[in-house]
Amino acid sequence: MPFLALIRRDLAIAFRTGGGGALGVAFFVIAATLVPFGVGPLPELLSRIAPGMLWIAALLSCLLTLDRLFQADVEDGSMDVLALSPVPLELVVLAKCIAHWLTTGLPLLLAAPVMALTLRMPEVSYPAMIASLALGTPALSLIGAIGAALTAGMRRGGVLTAVLVLPLYVPTLILGALAVNASAMDLPAAPYLMLSGAITLAALPLAPFVAAAALRLAIR
Amino acid sequence: MELIAENLRVTRGYRTVFAGLGFSVSEGGALILAGPNGAGKSTLLRILAGLLPVEEGEVRFGDVSLRADRGAFVDHVVHTGHLDALKPAFTAWETLAFQADLYGAPRGRIEAALDALDLGFLSDQPVRVLSAGQKRRLGLARLALIERPLWLLDEPTVSLDAKSAARVAQMARDHCAQGGLVVAATHIDLGIDGAARLDPAAFAPGESPSDFSRDDAVLDGDAW
Repeated sequence: MPFLALIRRDLAIAFRTGGGGALGVAFFVIAATLVPFGVGPLPELLSRIAPGMLWIAALLSCLLTLDRLFQADVEDGSMDVLALSPVPLELVVLAKCIAHWLTTGLPLLLAAPVMALTLRMPEVSYPAMIASLALGTPALSLIGAIGAALTAGMRRGGVLTAVLVLPLYVPTLILGALAVNASAMDLPAAPYLMLSGAITLAALPLAPFVAAAALRLAIR
Repeated sequence: MELIAENLRVTRGYRTVFAGLGFSVSEGGALILAGPNGAGKSTLLRILAGLLPVEEGEVRFGDVSLRADRGAFVDHVVHTGHLDALKPAFTAWETLAFQADLYGAPRGRIEAALDALDLGFLSDQPVRVLSAGQKRRLGLARLALIERPLWLLDEPTVSLDAKSAARVAQMARDHCAQGGLVVAATHIDLGIDGAARLDPAAFAPGESPSDFSRDDAVLDGDAW
């Protein structure tokens, strides 16, 4: 099936040339570890800011691989082959987003508890943290694909991708951090989790169309 | 089925590359695009592949219009460009396996496609160790892998040695003999009987194609 072949291909490229998700996780761990060095090791302070810091580290590690999401294919001509295939370009984008999430978002779910421990996050908010990352990080890959597609034809689009995409990540960041904070204060996290999931669900059909339109311009 | 292009006009940047360009290629026929650099050969091929929009004019393959139904038109086309669309991390076999899956071609055809371009002995080698000519041949293997009637070849023999170039020319002749169509920008003779020649530069408006000054029509505002 062409759609699965696309996902398999991107996963294979990620594992053979970029170490799969390992690099993103390493960045995530280092970024989150820097926080105690910067603000001091006071447990009360750390546990207060831990949700926000974890989410910011997650955003940044997602950006690491985002600028190459389409650029590599545009540069080596693969995008022409993809664009001429019977698979609609929108589905090509969706497949690439899924592969991107599997190699950046999913590993973060596994690494997040370790970082939560380092940042003295209260144990009671672990489930909310995992849930918020699980619901929110797919939106990071999907929304990020729009920025990546807009800069796909540029030589050094990496920084521009970040500048375009990071503001769009703000709602996901706010809702994700709020969900974890709420659970730490024994308040229900569900409303924030649902809104976070709603962003992902809205991005799921919309982002591939926008990104595909941008890619058609990139290969002209 | 016949490939017909009528009254094509293309603007790249501020320059009208060609206007009023038209041709037809019948079943089993070939069209060789010749002309100086910048004449619009690659541009024309990318238009025919549906990668660039048809700004003005019409392209039809049989009853299928590129403008009206790009998807159906593109299903008849295979395009090989300047770039070989290869990933260094994949082996030659894996490269074609992915393309076969993507285009819905049977994987059983991979070996034959590799052999057609004399790449069988490299099938388990990663692309990054291939030479420039071998990469180009692997890029062209898509022609044999995906059976489509209309071949659009952009300088297919660049970086190929004489033997490989002859092999590609033979492939193009065989394709035409089986009723396929070939439109190729090439500087070597593919040796296809009755191949027509077209120089897009002959359709350049006014100025010579190497002149990058703005086109009058654009300055007059016609293009907007």
